[in-house]
Amino acid sequence: MRQHLKQPFLERRLFTERIVVAVVIVMLTFLLLLSRYFYLQVISHQDYQIKADQNRIKYSRINPTRGLIYDRNGVLLAENITAYRLNIIQEKTRNLEQNLVDIQSTIQFTADELTEIKEKLKFNPVFKPLTVKEKLTESEVAQFAVKKHQFDGFEIEPYLIRKYIYPNELSHLIGYVGKISPDELKRQDISVYSPSDYFGKTGLEKHHERALHGLPGQLVTEINAQGKQLAQRIDQPPINGTNLELTIDIRLQQSSYHAFGAETGSAITVDIATGEILAMVSKPGYDTNDFINGISHLKFKELANSADKPLFDRSLKGGYEPGSTIKPYIALAGLYHNIISEDDTIHSIGVYQIPNQERKYHDWKQGGHGKVNVVNSLAESVNVFFYDLAYRLGIDKIHDFLEPFKFGQLTGIDTAGEKKGILPSREWKQKNRNMIWFPGETVITGIGQGYFVLTPVQMVQALSILAAKGRVAPIHLIKQEVKIDQIPMNISEQDWNTVHQGMTNVINAPNGTARSIKSDQYLIAGKSGTSQVYGKNEEDIYKKIEELPKHLRNHALFMAFAPANQPKIAVVVVAEHGASGTKAAAPIVKEIIDAYMSQNHE
Amino acid sequence: MNKRFFTYLPDPILSFLLITLLSYGLVVLYSAGGIILVEKQTIRIALGLLVLYLITQIRPERFEQFTPLIFIGSVLLLIAVLLIGIKVKGAQRWLDLGITIQPAELCKITLPMMVAWIFRHASLPPGWKPIISALLVIGLCTGLIYKQPDLGTSILIATSGLFVIYLAGISWKLIGGAALLGLLSTPVIWHFMHEYQKQRVLMFLNPESDPLNYGWNIIQSKIAIGSGGFWGKGWTQGTQTQLDFLPEHSTDFILSVMSEEFGFFGVLMLFTLYLLIILRCLFIAQQAKNTYNRLLCGALTLIFFVYIVINAGMISGVLPVVGVPLPLVSYGGTSVLTLLASFGIITAVHSHKKLIQQ
Repeated sequence: MRQHLKQPFLERRLFTERIVVAVVIVMLTFLLLLSRYFYLQVISHQDYQIKADQNRIKYSRINPTRGLIYDRNGVLLAENITAYRLNIIQEKTRNLEQNLVDIQSTIQFTADELTEIKEKLKFNPVFKPLTVKEKLTESEVAQFAVKKHQFDGFEIEPYLIRKYIYPNELSHLIGYVGKISPDELKRQDISVYSPSDYFGKTGLEKHHERALHGLPGQLVTEINAQGKQLAQRIDQPPINGTNLELTIDIRLQQSSYHAFGAETGSAITVDIATGEILAMVSKPGYDTNDFINGISHLKFKELANSADKPLFDRSLKGGYEPGSTIKPYIALAGLYHNIISEDDTIHSIGVYQIPNQERKYHDWKQGGHGKVNVVNSLAESVNVFFYDLAYRLGIDKIHDFLEPFKFGQLTGIDTAGEKKGILPSREWKQKNRNMIWFPGETVITGIGQGYFVLTPVQMVQALSILAAKGRVAPIHLIKQEVKIDQIPMNISEQDWNTVHQGMTNVINAPNGTARSIKSDQYLIAGKSGTSQVYGKNEEDIYKKIEELPKHLRNHALFMAFAPANQPKIAVVVVAEHGASGTKAAAPIVKEIIDAYMSQNHE
Repeated sequence: MNKRFFTYLPDPILSFLLITLLSYGLVVLYSAGGIILVEKQTIRIALGLLVLYLITQIRPERFEQFTPLIFIGSVLLLIAVLLIGIKVKGAQRWLDLGITIQPAELCKITLPMMVAWIFRHASLPPGWKPIISALLVIGLCTGLIYKQPDLGTSILIATSGLFVIYLAGISWKLIGGAALLGLLSTPVIWHFMHEYQKQRVLMFLNPESDPLNYGWNIIQSKIAIGSGGFWGKGWTQGTQTQLDFLPEHSTDFILSVMSEEFGFFGVLMLFTLYLLIILRCLFIAQQAKNTYNRLLCGALTLIFFVYIVINAGMISGVLPVVGVPLPLVSYGGTSVLTLLASFGIITAVHSHKKLIQQ
């Protein structure tokens, strides 16, 4: 029995009503869906377009090739050679743990290295190659190539590495590059440098870093979801680093370096006309190639703790008393200020006293040199003559006269790390010692002692000005046009000649202190000097040189220009702990000048 | 077989719309999966259209007549799945009967048929008795599928049954009450869900939280859709698709491919086609001569609509990830065959009604 009768008309109406409601819901739902797609595709389109591009387009840098370094004759001094490194792309490896064990038979890793690699891999971005070993040997590369198929995700990548052809002779001058440090990177333009780049750490590599480095290019790579490269194009080619053409003559550089034999010190040769530095060595050097990929701790310690201080650049940073090498400048000052004339003489008895003072200033020669004029005083290095002259000039005139020769200031040489040194003056003493200047200090300033601290580059700059009779050609290492200047004092030709004559006599007169290096072929003008080494005990002072321990012996200085009548080169040599300028430093100067003369007359 | 058997042509409007949609799908499939997939899918579509045509020849009274039998058959198959089904990725959904079939797919047609059959003689709006019978039948089907486990499909199947009850004219008060009950029971359902299901829901709520795993698909899909813009990147030019950033781009994520390559315009065209199909089918349902035909046609149409919404909502990140293909567009045989079969039922209802009127 049915409770309700079917009512077809009502039921159809009911159904139609339900269909209508459904149609409304369907349409509203489609509208909602459409608005979602409209939001994604029209309103947020830009954002998603960028995300889609980020998915597939990877930008990578193309490293520029570092500029090469040549000597003045086009001889290559620093080049880039191809080396190989091992990279791991973690996402492409199949059994990393096992692979790291298996690879030991081809490429060795220490347990520490393995731990480090695993640690680094944890934080390595997806699909980014991680370099695990640099500078693979040829046999490692060859052996790996054979087994490559066993090591998915392991890749050998070629890269360029710096190589120094004369690492020891040029260690300080060119310097070296190493991996850029986080601190260095922070101070650089992020678009130019990446964490794997090399960066000049010392010398010219440091000073000319930006020029040598160049600008990276950009490579655009399209990849798929598996990280596979599909297409590549160069978006922006790299601009390679600028090559440096040095003023250095590598032959003279080598001669200078080897002229030292076992001695340590600095030797600089300058072309007087141009200011070009032909050779600049600091002995001993060290193998800069060891530093490029990080020197081992042990090796570095050995270098850093060596008594010879190979890492120390004596030419730019070594501070020395000029000793008697200051005498030609003092003589010139005396002539310029008309304190003395060419013919004035004094009678040297080996001791000098300031009028009305007790203290005695000794000559190096007991009993003195007898009656001497300025020329003889230079040739024989008569201390008393210069004590007296300095006292009569006074510290102010001495300071003001020496300043244009660039003593005690940066010469502006075009490399990194130059030290300033000290040219003594009243103001300097007041400021740095907070004391007034005493006349006795003026006296010893006359023979280059006291507060003087000069670097070899300053000495050679001054010498080249002296040799060129006041013409200032700034010394430099990179071939370039430099602005030639003139010292402000108007010194007469006669005064210059007098001093030059005195320096010529040092070597060429029978009474010259350095007559032992006299040459038959050309005239050399020069001056020796002794730079005192402090730290001696009372009793040490009276010991003979040979009895003193080496590190307490004075430094030997010699400066010279040649040919004396038509100066072409100026040479300064500091032979550390060489004791006597004429004995230790002069022969080195002679060897350098000989080398220059023979090399440039071929 | 008499000659007249093959003279029932499917509704030309619906046929035109379906063929347009299927062709559009193949064009997108070519870009997403290449010519081989297009060839395979074309064969399946052809088969599906043949099924549709053949079903059109059957008098709807025959469906009605055999409904209980068909339904019992599909329930037995569901039980068989649980006993001797093939296990894939932790779920037991397939049955190997020479060809592998997924009985749950069958239920997408047989359950609405069964529920419509329950209401066929009831006076509408229905009383308690048929509603309770209907709910029991729905619960049986849903429960068996849920056990596989396949939460997504079981909810869809349940929905297809509930649509019939809705169309039968159940009172709005009851619908409102049921909705309220459903809302309140959400925490309980959450408690009984599998870990992977919870993951999916959580991932849906915050896809960026774990971009390399669960959320990755949705993020890439949204990028594909959004980067398509208004006009799209052009056919076969979608970088997300062609470079494999987009997952499953021939199957579940084919709408993302369409969105990327044909843009918002392409999506608008697709939705328009879908809407027209739905409207035509609902019109046929409304015109049907008896309760069974009306309810069945209406429910089949609405469940078709639900598939669209779930897929389109899922790939655009507004609904959780449920493995539902885009109807008639996604690559895959079962889905196309089942759907074209259900459209066959609708065209059968339409064709036979016309002839009777004549």
